[in-house]
Amino acid sequence: MNTFVEALLEALRLILTLDPVVVEIALRSLQVTAIALVISAVLGVPTGAWLALTRFPGKRLFTAFIYTGMGMPPVVAGLAVYLLLSRTGPLGDLGWLFSLRAMVIAQVIIATPLVVGVSMSAVLAVDPSLGQQLRALGATVFQSRLAVLAEARVGVIVGLVAGFGSIISEVGAVMLVGGNIDGRTRVLTTAIVLETRKGNFDLAMALGIILLGLSFLANLVMALGQGRLSEPS
Amino acid sequence: MSIPVTAPSPYVYQINAIQQIYQRRTVLDLDELQIRQGEIFALVGPSGAGKSTLLRILAFLERPASGQVHVQVDGTNWMQDEIPIAQRRKIAMVFQRPALLSRPVRVNVAYGLRLRGNYDGKVRVEEALERVSLTHLADALPRTLSGGEMQRVAVARTLVLEPQILILDEPTANLDPTNVRIIEELVQDQNQRFGTSIVLVTHNIFQARRLADRVALIIDGKLVEVAATEDFFENPKDPRTAAFVSGDLIY
Repeated sequence: MNTFVEALLEALRLILTLDPVVVEIALRSLQVTAIALVISAVLGVPTGAWLALTRFPGKRLFTAFIYTGMGMPPVVAGLAVYLLLSRTGPLGDLGWLFSLRAMVIAQVIIATPLVVGVSMSAVLAVDPSLGQQLRALGATVFQSRLAVLAEARVGVIVGLVAGFGSIISEVGAVMLVGGNIDGRTRVLTTAIVLETRKGNFDLAMALGIILLGLSFLANLVMALGQGRLSEPS
Repeated sequence: MSIPVTAPSPYVYQINAIQQIYQRRTVLDLDELQIRQGEIFALVGPSGAGKSTLLRILAFLERPASGQVHVQVDGTNWMQDEIPIAQRRKIAMVFQRPALLSRPVRVNVAYGLRLRGNYDGKVRVEEALERVSLTHLADALPRTLSGGEMQRVAVARTLVLEPQILILDEPTANLDPTNVRIIEELVQDQNQRFGTSIVLVTHNIFQARRLADRVALIIDGKLVEVAATEDFFENPKDPRTAAFVSGDLIY
């Protein structure tokens, strides 16, 4: 208990004094998360919308893969990326293993199915008659689909926030493919593991509080977004 | 690309031998039907008779499996496959259950104008809102509206487009009498003041009688009888029409 309180107080001091090590690790976490999230959004939102709006042979199979991807253990994604990028792997020549790039790739693989699934649900939740009714007002098929996507925007944003949360709190995959290298690939989650093992509970706690705070911020944004949906005008 | 098929005619729609087939089931099979320029034409019939299917074909939302529909817009006859978007946009449709954008009412009403590149239709939007008595709700979001108010928004977003042809699929089903009256008056007003041709599907034979110039009965995808409203109700030629208007036909 004493250790906990001491660690907590020291953690607060590290945060409030903007300790350079803490700040550097937090910023790197945000950097990896932001890049991975943007790539996941670019890949995932159109794919989800396309799945919701079109029919094609094999769609059920594809959707089943997406749902499996949503539940995939991150460390498995990490392992796959590790094997791909390792010196003897098919993409070994790139020399990306133990770099931020490798971490971003792993995070994109983890987050994209989530973004696809949530975007698909959001588009499916729009009144299926809307597209036809807009076409009856003179919209082309393309224009009516754009409008349906715009209707799904809140759901899509909720999906992206969920993706943010899953990426920034992920530890197994980034540990495997990033290597937790000090000053290069060390992020909040991997640093917490390391500092806890070293017995630096105060530093680990400071990093943990920041991680919690960022997750809280993301969820707050999501809750406010959902609130806007349900509150009367 | 857009060559007139025939000279201007008294008909807004000329339908020749159209069939529509869903999953090998023929849901619509009409030999011939003309809808006149500037009339209110009501389609009645049991559920599943193919009325809504016909409306979607007339609104160019779907193509018939076979047959031809000619439509007269801007004084020119067009085949269904050749009608340019500018002419297709002279046709607007109101559905039984309105699907609105989750944006303020005025944005919904302005939507069709924006599609036509008119970003400056504020006055027309205000006028349309006034016609449906929703000026006070211009900034409201659709989810705060009643069913009748939502349907009036759906009517306003079509009237604002000044359509030459207005297609209505059971526009007052499930509405309270006040809203039924408001919408019926709007339909009549649009027809009388602007000469808009109107095709209306209704379950309510009294509504057909109140509004329509001519009425058609469709059963099982086939046209049973088309007649001027008074003849349709007073002197039906087909026994099924007689049964339908007397309420004996169970549907």
